[in-house]
Amino acid sequence: MENDLQRKDIIESLENELKNIKTKNDLANIKALYLGKNGLVTNLSLKMKEIPNEEKKEYGKFLNEIKNEVTLKLDLIYQELDKKELEEKLESESIDITLPSKKIKNGTMHPFNKIVEELEDLFVSMGYDVADGPELETDEYCFQRLNIPLGHPVRDTQDSFYVNKDMLLRTQTSSVQARTMESNLEKKPIRIICPGKTYRRDDDATHSHQFGQVEGLVIDKNITMADLKGTLEIMAKKILGEKTIVRFRPSYFPFTEPSVEVDVSCFKCGGKGCSLCKQTGWIELLGAGMVHPNVLTANGYNPKEYTGFAFGMGIDRLAMMKYGIPDIRYMYNNDIRFLNQFNRKEY
Amino acid sequence: MKLSRKFLNDYLDIEDKSLREIADQMTNIGNEYASCSKLIPATNLVIGKVIECVMHPDSNHLHVCKVDIKNEILQIVCGAPNVREGIKVIVAKVGAILPEITIKKSNIRGVESNGMLCALFELGLDKKYLKQSDVDGICILGDDAQIGEDPIKYLGFDDEVIDFELTSNRGDLLSILGMSYEIGAIYNRKVKDIDLSYTKTKGKMNFNLQIETSKCPLFLAKKIQNITIKESPNFIKERLIASGIRPINNIVDISNFVMLETGQPLHFYDLDRLGNTLIVRDAKENEKLTTLDGNLRTLNTNDIVIANQDGAVGLAGVMGGLSTEVEQDTKNILIESAIFDSISVRLTSKKILRSEASNRFEKGLDPKRTYMALERCCNLLEKYADATIIDDFKEYNNLKIEDKIIEITTQEINNLLGTNISEAKIISIFENLDFKVLKEKNILKVTVPTRRLDISIKEDLIEEVARLNGLQNLEGTVPTLPLKSGSYNKLIRLVRNKMVNLGLNETLSYTLIPQSEVHKYTTDKFTEINVLDPMSDDRKTLRYSLLPSLMMIYDYNSKRSNKDICIFEIGKSFSEGNLETKKLACLMTGNYTNGLNKEKVNFYHLKGILESLLDYLGFNNRYTLEIKELPKELHPKSSANIILNGEDIGLIGKIHPNISKEDIFVFEINLSLIEKYHAKRQEYIEFSKYPNILKDVAFVVSKDVLNADIIKTIKQSGGKLLTNIELFDLYVGDKIDQDKKSMAYTLTFNDSKKTLTDEEVMNLFNKIIESVTKKYNCVVRDK
Repeated sequence: MENDLQRKDIIESLENELKNIKTKNDLANIKALYLGKNGLVTNLSLKMKEIPNEEKKEYGKFLNEIKNEVTLKLDLIYQELDKKELEEKLESESIDITLPSKKIKNGTMHPFNKIVEELEDLFVSMGYDVADGPELETDEYCFQRLNIPLGHPVRDTQDSFYVNKDMLLRTQTSSVQARTMESNLEKKPIRIICPGKTYRRDDDATHSHQFGQVEGLVIDKNITMADLKGTLEIMAKKILGEKTIVRFRPSYFPFTEPSVEVDVSCFKCGGKGCSLCKQTGWIELLGAGMVHPNVLTANGYNPKEYTGFAFGMGIDRLAMMKYGIPDIRYMYNNDIRFLNQFNRKEY
Repeated sequence: MKLSRKFLNDYLDIEDKSLREIADQMTNIGNEYASCSKLIPATNLVIGKVIECVMHPDSNHLHVCKVDIKNEILQIVCGAPNVREGIKVIVAKVGAILPEITIKKSNIRGVESNGMLCALFELGLDKKYLKQSDVDGICILGDDAQIGEDPIKYLGFDDEVIDFELTSNRGDLLSILGMSYEIGAIYNRKVKDIDLSYTKTKGKMNFNLQIETSKCPLFLAKKIQNITIKESPNFIKERLIASGIRPINNIVDISNFVMLETGQPLHFYDLDRLGNTLIVRDAKENEKLTTLDGNLRTLNTNDIVIANQDGAVGLAGVMGGLSTEVEQDTKNILIESAIFDSISVRLTSKKILRSEASNRFEKGLDPKRTYMALERCCNLLEKYADATIIDDFKEYNNLKIEDKIIEITTQEINNLLGTNISEAKIISIFENLDFKVLKEKNILKVTVPTRRLDISIKEDLIEEVARLNGLQNLEGTVPTLPLKSGSYNKLIRLVRNKMVNLGLNETLSYTLIPQSEVHKYTTDKFTEINVLDPMSDDRKTLRYSLLPSLMMIYDYNSKRSNKDICIFEIGKSFSEGNLETKKLACLMTGNYTNGLNKEKVNFYHLKGILESLLDYLGFNNRYTLEIKELPKELHPKSSANIILNGEDIGLIGKIHPNISKEDIFVFEINLSLIEKYHAKRQEYIEFSKYPNILKDVAFVVSKDVLNADIIKTIKQSGGKLLTNIELFDLYVGDKIDQDKKSMAYTLTFNDSKKTLTDEEVMNLFNKIIESVTKKYNCVVRDK
């Protein structure tokens, strides 16, 4: 009975003390008060030797119980404090997640080169090599070897920048045709595209004196005009969408015969007619044709044995159509607000 | 080329096809058009008679007219000075749509007006075709005009016009006959014969023709006598106007009319002013000639002139001379029908005047038409100018005039096109074009008429088949070629993608820059390349460095208050006598990262980008920055040369404060040299499995000591077991002497064979400290 009373006293006083606990430090002090060297519970256990032998067993049990009970209560509070402390720490570390980030902005590829890379990827996947030719070209490679002799009227529409009697900034990437054929001594099949800069004396909202073209050239035995159409169909669908339809119209270029103008169904309206296609449903995309026998001969190929097709397409125009850019000058002004728009990839 | 519907009908029975259909079919076979419309698009017009005409009560120039339009009488207020009772006029009724105005019922100063009496130009006819009286007042119709009828039809302007944009090889289509053959081929219709008949008076042409140049292969001259100059008949005037040519008088009009019909330009000289000699020769250098338009022209030896004994009287193929012009009192004329060298005419006309005639000479002419045109002129001059024509004429002909015969097979055609067109279809296509076909076994011998100058080889014939068979029927296939993977320049791609991934904007600028900029941002000695005939001084010189372009882009953006410009460009560099090289240039200013506590771009950002790029390309530890020779546009103390494998590959640094107050940093490297030093393949390198031991040390050194030098010293004494050195702190301030800086390094020690002991590390560490402190006469900073 006495033990029970004593236990009740101790527990009650402990509970009272614990009520005002704020920190782990307070708790440690109280712990010392009960379980420390001079603690209440410690002192009780010192009394053991005064206890008669027959009661020792019971007293020991009593001691254990009270020790356990005190420890349990202290631990409980400790855990509470621990939890509270962590919560406080987390609270103190709270941030405004809406503040601006510290990011390195996404760089941008120029829309001109976005189109170039897209075309390169497509044609490389079909086994084409990407060729690169000089931008400063000779009259011979730019014109004469492409069946455009001196005085040919087509030279008027390709008014050029000459730097001396024989050399000019190339007016068309077709100049690479001649160089590729000439260097292919083994007459292996040719499959190339050549994207690059070209130059003509022209400057307004739709023409820039510097612009880009992609030239395509395929030469082997038995290459047909149907092959040209099939190849351009693959390209148009890839670049402008799977539903794109390709239309050939006869045309004239000195370096191809037969020659065609290639139209694609308007990718904006699907061919119904809109402002982009001037209500026709069609957009003029490029010029193409079968390599002229004079061009084959001039560059070391026997036209009786080999045929080929070639096409040339404006890069700026394609980029402008694809992204809806209204003025070619935006492409060359390099306003950061224009460039920053092209900061994502399409997939 | 404007094609008049009426003119076409003269030579082809095609009235059952709408003009729009013809235009679209022509597009399908390769002849595009810009427009296709009525010559006079005005609607709701009727012939009326003014039966009463009184002054407007409230105006001193307006008249109030009562106009009989057959079924009703309209009250119309008219302001024209020539309106009067009794005349027949063009009435635009209420609801009429004219080019400039839609007619509504109106009230003009208190008087009701129900329509408008029209002048010809108000209907949409260009004033250049009209007499002054037709511009000043309303159009007064003849007495034979029927009240209530269509005035457009009465005037003969009930025509339609397709304006074609032809390709430069189809000179033959610059004639009504050529158009007729082309359209006839679509619908399988035959072209009607042209009337070349006239009364030939026997006689001798006493005339001296001398051709003294190789640029005139064919020249015909014929005398026409006793002409009467008057107005042309309506059918000629109507067709000229619909074709875009102003009628003048019967003589001038006939020369233009025949040119439109046949494609052969003609020139008529006043024979009495010309005299009896005509010489075709190259112009002399600085020879002078006053042309028809009254301008004095200075010629050169490329120009071809027509001359008499006194000197030049015409510029061949381009424009006649003033001195021999046909005038009101002209009695006798000389017709010139000739072919001149197309290149020479092209160059001359480019310099002087592009005309209907020069355009045709440039594209090439059919010599048969040269003869035909002469005969046609005679036919018309006899009928409409009362001319007397002797049968003799002067001729110079250095041409072989014969049709070409090209042999081709059906298989050759189908092989090139990738089609399966039948032989019968092919033959019918040629025959519709009026090409004769002779079949011998499987070979087709196709006779191509001389008018088709564009056809000379098999492939040209294949194109005729392709376009008339319809290219829309062509099924696409894919070439059968051996499987292989394509190749491309990976370096350019890697560079571009890395720079983009580092957060920079790629730019695209012009190759042509001002000459004054070309030697900037480089210390290289080179001769620049200039365009001979630049559009402007700003686009004169091919760039050598890309940095002037990037600086111009910086200026452009800066003027628009665009901040934070971090850009790069890959492009070619040009100089006399050298191959084109590829360069990469980069410019940074403003902030590099976004967010709070922005960091302004400094030299080390740019250096970091350069290093990231070069490391990415596999050049780790193979490049250094050294100050060797800097261009004057860069800050002399904040810039360097970039050295790779001992070779100078570029520049990095700050724009000189003389050029910009703003802190702008740039670098440029020569990618062609990078390509040359192509990095080795990547290979796995054995790495140590034992723990690293890290030691920190700070040296207080004189401010002018370079980090690179300290590192070099540390490396030398650290040996192989020292695997990394990293500067982690740079301190300048109160805690140390003013002329000193503290450089704190973390040194990493490792042995790939065993765990290092403290003793081994401390020995090395102390050795390093000793060598640095000795070499730079410095102390270790206390912690």
